[in-house]
Amino acid sequence: GEGPPGRGIGWGALGTLPDFVSSPFPGNYRTQLWDKQSESFLPSTPGLGMHVEVKDPDGKVVLSRQYGSEGRFTFTSHTPGEHQICLHSNSTRMALFAGGKLRVHLDIQVGEHTNNYPEIAAKDKLTELQLRARQLLDQVEQIQKEQNYQRYREERFRMTSESTNQRVLWWSIAQTIILILTGIWQMRHLKSFFEAKKLV
Amino acid sequence: QVITGGHYDVDCRLEDPDGIVLYKEMKKQYDSFTFTASRNGTYKFCFSNEFSTFTHKTVYFDFQVGEDPPLFPSENRVTALTQMESACVSIHEALKSVIDYQTHFRLREAQGRSRAEDLNTRVAYWSIGEAIILLVVSIGQVFLLKSFFSDKRTTTTRVGS
Repeated sequence: GEGPPGRGIGWGALGTLPDFVSSPFPGNYRTQLWDKQSESFLPSTPGLGMHVEVKDPDGKVVLSRQYGSEGRFTFTSHTPGEHQICLHSNSTRMALFAGGKLRVHLDIQVGEHTNNYPEIAAKDKLTELQLRARQLLDQVEQIQKEQNYQRYREERFRMTSESTNQRVLWWSIAQTIILILTGIWQMRHLKSFFEAKKLV
Repeated sequence: QVITGGHYDVDCRLEDPDGIVLYKEMKKQYDSFTFTASRNGTYKFCFSNEFSTFTHKTVYFDFQVGEDPPLFPSENRVTALTQMESACVSIHEALKSVIDYQTHFRLREAQGRSRAEDLNTRVAYWSIGEAIILLVVSIGQVFLLKSFFSDKRTTTTRVGS
């Protein structure tokens, strides 16, 4: 992503953490500053500070750290659902450049397709068939995690539906009672008013 | 795909490194687009919510670039796959489509939940507003009626004198 410096560049990452057992999420980023003289992005930006903040679905901050112009970060979370990842540049030096731009390369590894299989094969000394089986196992594990997440969501949805049902019931009863009470109040108030006026 | 916000639509534009627009759609809820890159360079895509007054949007997007990296890049797979290996390959492809369906379902669930929460807020405000109006109208009716009869009393007094 690109944006004017001095303001936070944030992404809401719609990433689900399907499993309750916390798993770490490695991420890395790299920034490039726009150079007006050469009209291109400089290959690296020394001296630039970036603040990385990750919030879990409950809004709780899971990671909040300052890194340089390039950095690697890892966060773990215990709640499944949508996390927010915000990269914020707070460098005052950059704010002086009006019309400046900053390009951020962000890479977050989620899922089995980011595994490096040739590396795993070399490390664990697997034959080709064993490696393929390992890949299938990783895929199935990812599917299982997602299914667990959906089961959790269904449970939450059921709880929400039941609570909504309760609240609608109580609200209807309360509104009927208010209606009856105001009717009674109206009658009594008007009756005493007319009696005072000697019309009844 | 648009997950939360307003009418769940967004503008989208895709440009190649020369600035030629490859894809441009306005106010779409979801779409998919496949293209072959004709040259190297930076391709730009932009999701725009400028037409919306105040609703924020959450958009899901993903890229699938090229084929899967081969498991064994060092080898040249000239020999045919054994039966076990080709079975593994077809299972791998099938599982990939299962994961794709799961992603699709997860997005639909998030979108449904967002709509439900939006509806919940609107119903809550409506109910509170309605209760207040009910009280105000019923109390107002009484005082209005009283004021009719109060006026009549003053006219009677004037006639008397």
